[in-house]
Amino acid sequence: MKILVCVKQVPDTTEIKIDPVTNTLIRTGVPSIMNPFDAYAVEQALRLKEAAGGTVSVVSMGPPQAMSILTDALAMGADEAHLITDRRFGGSDTLATSYILSCAVRQLGPFDVILCGKQAIDGDTGQVGPEMAEHLGIAQVTYVSQLRPDGDRLEAVREHPDRQEILSVALPAVITVVKGEERPRFETIRGRLKANRQEIGILDREALPVEDEKIGLTGSPTKVKRTFTPERHAECVWVEGESAKDQAKALCQALSRAHVI
Amino acid sequence: MSGFVLTKDQRDLKRLAAEFGKQVMLPAAKEYDLLGETPLEIYKQAVEIGFASVTLPAEYGGLGLDMTTQCLLTEELSRWEAGITNALGASSLASKPIMIAGSPAQKQYAVDMIQSGHLAAFGLTEPDAGSDAAALKTTAVRRDGGYVLNGRKCFITNAPYASFFVIFAKTQKNIGTHGITAFLVEADRPGVSVGRHEDKMGLRLSAAADVILENVFVPEENRLGEEGKGFVIAMKTLDASRAEVAAAAVGIAQSALDQSVEYTKNRICFGKPISKLQAVQFMLADMEIQTQAARSLVYHAAELIDNGLPYGLMCAAAKCMAGDTAMKVTTDAVQIFSGYGYMRDYPIEKLMRDAKLFQIFEGTNQIQRVVVSGALLR
Ligand SMILES: Cc1cc2nc3c(=O)[nH]c(=O)nc-3n(C[C@H](O)[C@H](O)[C@H](O)COP(=O)(O)OP(=O)(O)OC[C@H]3O[C@@H](n4cnc5c(N)ncnc54)[C@H](O)[C@@H]3O)c2cc1C
Ligand SMILES: Cc1cc2nc3c(=O)[nH]c(=O)nc-3n(C[C@H](O)[C@H](O)[C@H](O)COP(=O)(O)OP(=O)(O)OC[C@H]3O[C@@H](n4cnc5c(N)ncnc54)[C@H](O)[C@@H]3O)c2cc1C
Repeated sequence: MKILVCVKQVPDTTEIKIDPVTNTLIRTGVPSIMNPFDAYAVEQALRLKEAAGGTVSVVSMGPPQAMSILTDALAMGADEAHLITDRRFGGSDTLATSYILSCAVRQLGPFDVILCGKQAIDGDTGQVGPEMAEHLGIAQVTYVSQLRPDGDRLEAVREHPDRQEILSVALPAVITVVKGEERPRFETIRGRLKANRQEIGILDREALPVEDEKIGLTGSPTKVKRTFTPERHAECVWVEGESAKDQAKALCQALSRAHVI
Repeated sequence: MSGFVLTKDQRDLKRLAAEFGKQVMLPAAKEYDLLGETPLEIYKQAVEIGFASVTLPAEYGGLGLDMTTQCLLTEELSRWEAGITNALGASSLASKPIMIAGSPAQKQYAVDMIQSGHLAAFGLTEPDAGSDAAALKTTAVRRDGGYVLNGRKCFITNAPYASFFVIFAKTQKNIGTHGITAFLVEADRPGVSVGRHEDKMGLRLSAAADVILENVFVPEENRLGEEGKGFVIAMKTLDASRAEVAAAAVGIAQSALDQSVEYTKNRICFGKPISKLQAVQFMLADMEIQTQAARSLVYHAAELIDNGLPYGLMCAAAKCMAGDTAMKVTTDAVQIFSGYGYMRDYPIEKLMRDAKLFQIFEGTNQIQRVVVSGALLR
């Protein structure tokens, strides 16, 4: 089984400060780490490899400093790593990021499984994984806590706030993972010493078959106007009505007013 | 590398030790300190990461790293929890005589056992032979292509869990140190038993007990080195292990210091943090100065070992200085925390209990002074 994990370098803080003038993340002075969900994705990948054999590759798009999280993944036991880096990729939003990553998948692949974190703790959109699946035209399962090989398919446990769903997915597929029960393993001393000496492949604009209008600022339609945490509220509305038919009608009208249907 | 300017590898490995210490060892400290047992699962996890393999020779499958790196990792692990660190250290101590005098087969055995998570123990001390180790009474008598061992070892770290022991015994009486021979004794040999688990003051996450040998037969291939060379092997072992022990003591001192600095900023007396009091500031300064001085000796000693230079005096000096410093700095930390320092609900008193052992084992600090002055006056 050929497994790829997409890992992103993020600032080591849950308190992300946003520059009020430019509306962008303030990244200076904050130490960088592997996105915590991505560390879980690496763990899932290594377990899949242990169960089904194969290789684990890791890839990250980011500045040259992002090399360090790739080395971390190698120290945990990944087989090889690639850094996608080019000034022309800078300023990419989720659409452009997922596009570039999907081009890298085509270039480095084919892969049976592509693992992502459920979201990056800085950008926080949770879109890159699903968008990659769309760019690649393959299946996706999000919010996965457990994965098991099942013949030429995978069995995935998908987490909901109130329940779990067990899915069987055909490969290739993109899987985004949540923090499962199995914590990311510690690297070993041997793994670290080997990783520190291992070469990391570099993929720049020239090395990837990307279209220039789909990358960087040009390829990024998203404009961040404001970021905020939406308030969650749930209210219970009793649907009145004489008969079940009347109640159904009232319900449809209410849903339609709320633009749900 | 001197241990002050670290290589990238050393920085990364130190960070790994810190993560493991903080996330895995520290959370177990309270529970197992009360129990007085070694958390074996955590010990095994540490072995899997490689913390027991650092200086085991690469040709037998160990990591083959230098003593400086070993000391860095020991110091860092000990900063989080010194007892588990000591259990790892005791296995390492037991491997040393084998690496010094063992046959290739014995070396391979020890490396394989330790790297697969087995604990090992070094059995020198006896009820009537502590500082005066040459007074040991355990006997090894030649018989049928091997030896029969009889005697009692005491205070042996890891004994309750160990899969093998290195035992020092007399093969010849009345010729003093020249009559002592070292043996590799597997714990499952008939006649080997382990005494009561000692209820210790500190380092309670490592366990010590007596090892009792009653007509234990070991074949000749279990002898380490030549007959009569046991005492030299033991002394060489202790010379080299003292740097590691000293590093662990520095880790304890550093922990006490770090926690004290934080505490003084938050503890308000007479309307202001006690960190504003010069009497307290100077205590912190002295704790830092002493800890750094001890650390300097440790890495100096390690550097001598790594460069094949004579290290006996420096290792003894480092062990003595680091043990005394750990005791002094942890005592001061209890003073800074005062009432909260004395209570078992807070983590400071454990450091003081843990520190005390470092003035006692692997040669008391008086014996270190005997070694140092002996080297001066030779
Ligand atoms: C609202 C918003 C605000 C933004 N603010 C900033 C900003 O202030 N500064 C700035 O530089 N950028 C900003 N961006 C860009 C954003 O960081 C990128 O779009 C980013 O590449 C992906 O978005 P995300 O962080 O939400 O990832 P998510 O979609 O949450 O990530 C999900 C998973 O996709 C994978 N993944 C994501 N990115 C990468 C990558 N680069 N390499 C490998 N795998 C990856 C990981 O597995 C990750 O767990 C912003 C984007 C948005 C939509
Ligand atoms: C928790 C623990 C773990 C241990 N683990 C091990 C182990 O794994 N393996 C092992 O073999 N041993 C182990 N020991 C034994 C340890 O090394 C001895 O306790 C130590 O060497 C001192 O011996 P003793 O306790 O018999 O003290 P004694 O030798 O009786 O000393 C009593 C006092 O007299 C002083 N003294 C003795 N001789 C001199 C001298 N010539 N000059 C000046 N002062 C002197 C000593 O410094 C001490 O203060 C351990 C001990 C403890 C407490």
